[in-house]
Amino acid sequence: MATYPAELKYTREHEWARAEGKRARVGITDYAQDQLGDVVFVELPKVGTRVSQMQPFGVVESVKAVSDLYAPLSGEVVEVNESLAQRPEQVNQDPYGAGWMIVIALADEKELGGLMSAADYEAFIQTAGGH
Amino acid sequence: MVEPDAALLKRTPLHAAHVRRGARMVGFGGWEMPVQYAGIVEEHRTVRSAVGCFDVSHMGEFEFHGPDAGRALQRLTTNDVAALEVGQVQYSLLCYEDGGIVDDLTLYRLADDRYMMTVNAANIDKDWAWVTAHLDGRVEARNASAETGLIAVQGPNAEGLVGRLADRDVTTIGYYRFVRGRVAGVAATVSRTGYTGEDGFELYLPAADTERAWEALLGEGERGGVVPVGLGARDTLRLEMKYALYGNDIDQTTNPIEAGLAWVVKLAKGDFTGRAAIERVKVEGPRRRLVGFEMVDRAVPRHGYRLLRGGSEVGHVTSGSYGPSVDRYIGVGYVATALAEVGTEIDVEVRGQPQKARVVKTPFHPPKVKR
Repeated sequence: MATYPAELKYTREHEWARAEGKRARVGITDYAQDQLGDVVFVELPKVGTRVSQMQPFGVVESVKAVSDLYAPLSGEVVEVNESLAQRPEQVNQDPYGAGWMIVIALADEKELGGLMSAADYEAFIQTAGGH
Repeated sequence: MVEPDAALLKRTPLHAAHVRRGARMVGFGGWEMPVQYAGIVEEHRTVRSAVGCFDVSHMGEFEFHGPDAGRALQRLTTNDVAALEVGQVQYSLLCYEDGGIVDDLTLYRLADDRYMMTVNAANIDKDWAWVTAHLDGRVEARNASAETGLIAVQGPNAEGLVGRLADRDVTTIGYYRFVRGRVAGVAATVSRTGYTGEDGFELYLPAADTERAWEALLGEGERGGVVPVGLGARDTLRLEMKYALYGNDIDQTTNPIEAGLAWVVKLAKGDFTGRAAIERVKVEGPRRRLVGFEMVDRAVPRHGYRLLRGGSEVGHVTSGSYGPSVDRYIGVGYVATALAEVGTEIDVEVRGQPQKARVVKTPFHPPKVKR
């Protein structure tokens, strides 16, 4: 049963963001990991990289698919989940926890307001997002 | 190439059973097939540690019958049909005059004058047109694909599982041998063959009874940990063995010598379609060879990615993935013959960047087939 934690914000590209003070932790949703299948590789940017909202910041690969990762928010990458190199399956097993991907120091906290709530994201998947 | 929409995809006799089990269905070679159930990596590992059942009913089966059947097949295929005994199977190829490959196949000798050829699903129509255009003599051919279901049961527990449901002693069936019998009461050709590198069987069944056998296998095997397995894991399993996949590793533009399939080409047997061209390549030596490689840098090699050395293109990847049993990123591809030696360092171009790789010995994983 897919989950969409209420305290997170979501994007149309199936990323989630958790506000942590002036930063945000980012990953992909349960729906995304289920659609992808077994994640076997994650390509993440280096600490210090600048990312822009809705621009690709990395790649997630499953056995069968290669998918771009899109930054939900703009800012600077201050943390990267290095454990995904050895254990990419964490993205499938715990997409909102151990499967986190990057932490962004936010350039503009107002961007958070433009993201979807859990309820909106769930509605989005039922209708348009189901592909 | 535009994929036909789902309404036009063909379905095997097990389609409803897959949907009932919640399989993820995809289009493959004109068929709607399960790509996964529980997940590709888990299914792959279960086959190697226990047993898995695969629906491969989409594959094609042609039957040949008549006093000249053997002779006709001898002229059509690359392996030595005269050496094939009743009750035996051989892996073989159909080739074009220029030595390119029409398809890879397995050939069964059912009786002195009766054979069955199993071909790839995506090539059924092409292969049927090819063989019927090239048959001569007293031989009749029949395309039995639509009325034949096929279930592969693969893994160390396969013999136990099939044995419990079969009315024959399957422990005595040798590798690349088959018998006729019943499995779960269904008339079956029980063949000790497969595409995974594990011990196991492929069960040819009447299409109308295939679902009965499928449910019986999954039911009986439950305590032994049997799982249904999709095409995703079928691909990672065969990749670890470096078994060729038509359309990826071999096709109309590749000849058996460069593809590493000289062992199923018996030039001494007499004439067959493509013989002269293949012999030329063998004598001159192939310009390129299909090799296995593993990534040194962390990256996933995939079909179509370029292979580089010192920045210059030296080949391309034909198949690549994460190998769940070897826990490495592995692939196969064609490289210039001079670079085909084990240990050669090459780069795989992934998203515009060269990622280090190394030619390795294959298979990537040790075969456990019955000896």
